[in-house]
Amino acid sequence: MRYLPLTPDDRRDMLRTIGAPDIDALFADVPAAARLDGPIAGLSHHMPEMLVERHLGRLAARNMTAGGGPFFVGAGAYKHHVPATVDHIIQRGEFLTSYTPYQPEIAQGTLQVLFEFQTQVARLTGMEVANASMYDGSTAMTEAVFMARRVTRRTKALVSSGVHPHYVNVLKTLTRFTDDDVVVRLPDFTPDDDLAELAAQVDGATSCVVVQNPNVFGHVADLAPLAAACHAAGALLIVVVTEVVSLGLVRSPGEMGADIVVGEGQSIGNGLNFGGPYLGLFACRERHVRQMPGRLCGETVDADGRRGFVLTLSTREQHIRREKATSNICTNSGLCALAFSVHLSLLGEAGLRQLAALNHARAVQLADRLGRIDGIEVVTRNFFNEFTLRLPGEARPVVRKLADRGVLGGVSLGRLYPGIRDLDRGLIVAVTETATDADFDAFEDAFDEVLA
Amino acid sequence: MTYTGNRGLQLEEPLLFEKGATDRCGVDLPSVPEVASRLGGLDRHRPIGLPGLSEPDTVRHYTRLSRQNYAIDMGIFPLGSCTMKHNPRLNEKLARLPGFADIHPLQPEATVQGALALIDELATWLKTLTNMPEVAMSPKAGAHGELCGMLAIRAAHDATGDSRKVVLVPESAHGTNPATAAFCGYAVENIPADARGRVDLAALEARLGPDVAAVMITNPNTCGLFEPDMIAIGAAVHAAGAFVYCDGANFNAIVGRVRPGDLGIDAMHINLHKTFSTPHGGGGPGSGPVVFSAALAPFAPLPFVRRVGDRYELVEEAQALASSDHDLSFGRMVAFHGQMGMFVRALSYILSHGADGLRQVAEDAVLNANYVLRSLEDVFTAPFAASGPCMHEALFSDDFLDGTGLSTLDFAKALIDEGFHPMTMYFPLVVHGAMLVEPTETESKASLDQLIGAMRSVATRMLAEAAETFKAAPHLAPRRRLDETAAARKPVLTWREPAGLAAAE
Ligand SMILES: Cc1ncc(COP(=O)(O)O)c(C=O)c1O
Repeated sequence: MRYLPLTPDDRRDMLRTIGAPDIDALFADVPAAARLDGPIAGLSHHMPEMLVERHLGRLAARNMTAGGGPFFVGAGAYKHHVPATVDHIIQRGEFLTSYTPYQPEIAQGTLQVLFEFQTQVARLTGMEVANASMYDGSTAMTEAVFMARRVTRRTKALVSSGVHPHYVNVLKTLTRFTDDDVVVRLPDFTPDDDLAELAAQVDGATSCVVVQNPNVFGHVADLAPLAAACHAAGALLIVVVTEVVSLGLVRSPGEMGADIVVGEGQSIGNGLNFGGPYLGLFACRERHVRQMPGRLCGETVDADGRRGFVLTLSTREQHIRREKATSNICTNSGLCALAFSVHLSLLGEAGLRQLAALNHARAVQLADRLGRIDGIEVVTRNFFNEFTLRLPGEARPVVRKLADRGVLGGVSLGRLYPGIRDLDRGLIVAVTETATDADFDAFEDAFDEVLA
Repeated sequence: MTYTGNRGLQLEEPLLFEKGATDRCGVDLPSVPEVASRLGGLDRHRPIGLPGLSEPDTVRHYTRLSRQNYAIDMGIFPLGSCTMKHNPRLNEKLARLPGFADIHPLQPEATVQGALALIDELATWLKTLTNMPEVAMSPKAGAHGELCGMLAIRAAHDATGDSRKVVLVPESAHGTNPATAAFCGYAVENIPADARGRVDLAALEARLGPDVAAVMITNPNTCGLFEPDMIAIGAAVHAAGAFVYCDGANFNAIVGRVRPGDLGIDAMHINLHKTFSTPHGGGGPGSGPVVFSAALAPFAPLPFVRRVGDRYELVEEAQALASSDHDLSFGRMVAFHGQMGMFVRALSYILSHGADGLRQVAEDAVLNANYVLRSLEDVFTAPFAASGPCMHEALFSDDFLDGTGLSTLDFAKALIDEGFHPMTMYFPLVVHGAMLVEPTETESKASLDQLIGAMRSVATRMLAEAAETFKAAPHLAPRRRLDETAAARKPVLTWREPAGLAAAE
């Protein structure tokens, strides 16, 4: 077996050093009823590299790739071009094959990257501090609601109808057995959001209001009035961003008054990967930092007075505080954070702004084209790179028929909101810099055929 | 001191914010077509403060940083409980096939049949290797898997109207165990250990009662020992109406040789980034699928993959709503379907080894750890060595340093000067100054002999020589000992423009 260096002679010599007659003697604590005498039946035996590659290659070939044709699927995960440099850097063994930086003297590479990442995320979201990452946007949002409970000592969370339904479901799952009282609103099929209603509902029992911007329908909104209402009632405003490229063009949540910003960072530096691994972003105000979940990297000096970085404020964390920790998270998304940071360093502010502007312009162009097709209505008024269409009939079968014609045309609201008839004609369409004019043509043609 | 601060190949690297410029871009982007904005006036006007680097400078920045890291590619990384084994590059190559890396989680099912087949194939391996009937693939790491298992347990009790409030956890458990139980709204109580470092069965039995929802046990445990009473523990816990959660972080010691399902457990997470070698990447991503017993299977989370004839279905909320067999599911715990990138790597690793190779993995991992234990127990204090062999990791305490004024921390830092990543320190909490050494099966005998030689040499010198040298270690790493107290007292968590510069603008 190519990954196992010990030879039969090594094994014999080592058993002699140990003083054990055979390998079975080392497993003597295993109860007799649970001992297996040989390889588990019904499973294949070891395979050469070539055969493994062939087998997985065949499975890969059975999937329709985003890069293989016109592609407009978003709703929480986005197809962006990732420069080749990013993948090269994250495959350097010193990053790829290291562990959480528990020994800072020999992990300054990872630690400096995390410090830079935290700074980038804080600036992008308009907040003061950010952590070293969470699993993904949905788990980051749930952790933010828990953090708001700790900060405000209140338990009621109001969740906007524009928050991605998967995120809402994760929150519901994780609050099912806690004291949190989560008030969720269902969307209706209008271009308007529910921010005014939420502002009217915030009261002295509310710990936080959770909104997404751009929201799941693509709608972009000014959150400042809602932030003011939250602060007047002593509640926190949590803003969720699932398309982080939008922050290159859209006013930041921090500028609009957010107290906690969480997001999905996949869009920068990370591929689609069928949903994971992704990158949870978590940023907040400095005064709340001791209530934050997750790892934090901080600056310090070494014994010679030279600048260096360490993991810090770990008295919040499970390995120190155990059942009193702010979260149970341990392993997070370090390498995805590195990919994000490398891509954002390549872009810089000018590049990010241009990339965001490009996404927006292309989305506006496609929305205008699709809006001219008979029977299709663009529901979203203000958007970044994603908008919602109302089709003449149920959208889910349309998505399948478009796929039969080689076009991955978006996400149907029927898939995201099963059982809600009012929404089932909705289709969320995302447009990034990767879509070409030919893709637009193909999309339009396929729509014409499918809707005919 | 040199002019640059560099020392030969040890290169200092400023922060991105000290060398980049906000108008510099290392990516060539197409120009932006003129359109009427649809942002509703919400444009971002203020500067963001994100410096850019040219492409060559980007490569250098990160390459220089990378060289300040230790990694498994450079040498043994004996971090106990973390299973830092070789990360085969075949797995990286396959995870990057566009058919896996470039597919969207919300594409129509018919366009991702190969991806669903892969998830199902990996799920089948995990169920067979553990002899458990069900597996939840979506948890994102070990701790998230613990949450998955404990939520299922909570949902199962809830379904029968049973409101048990207590979860029992040994003191030696990883911090994620009590933190997870608390996350699910449980009170955590300690299970005592016996003198041999195992769960004290009699004490556990005495504490079980109608208020106990579950026990969380790590097996092999965090002292690197197999729990010989596991079957009896399971029987007692079940008789009391509670469930057994097993922390499977240490599955590497028994994979292919023992199936946890034969030990009477109800749920166990498997860290794919440990046993199945998906790279840890300096802090993640991980992946933590959870296997379930028949009693808990109905409560497993959404979504999951189901094979129907020659097709694969992704069972999400819509399908669950439409069928009554999933109405007990506790729901969704992540936005999409879990760590696909890690699934590809883990399956590639598993197929490369096969059932025979995986069994050899466990045997070699255990052999290597015992070799370390027996080669060092004369110098180091090995608190449980007398009770028999260890599993995949060897535990020492720093009692042998009594009277020297030196501790585990000093030993670890001295080991850095020898060119090694140290073992896990101060975990588990049950022995004084714990040193937990996990070599893994991918180390050769020569590699182990070198580590053993270095550990003996450092320990012997610590007992014989002046303490100051060791208190000041490391001497040869990119940084000397870092001041963690200062970092926590006045946290600096993001870079800020130095005051002088900001004022000059
Ligand atoms: C015994 C044990 N349990 C749980 C965990 C948590 O796993 P993860 O880091 O994947 O969340 C770890 C890993 O650090 C561990 O060693």
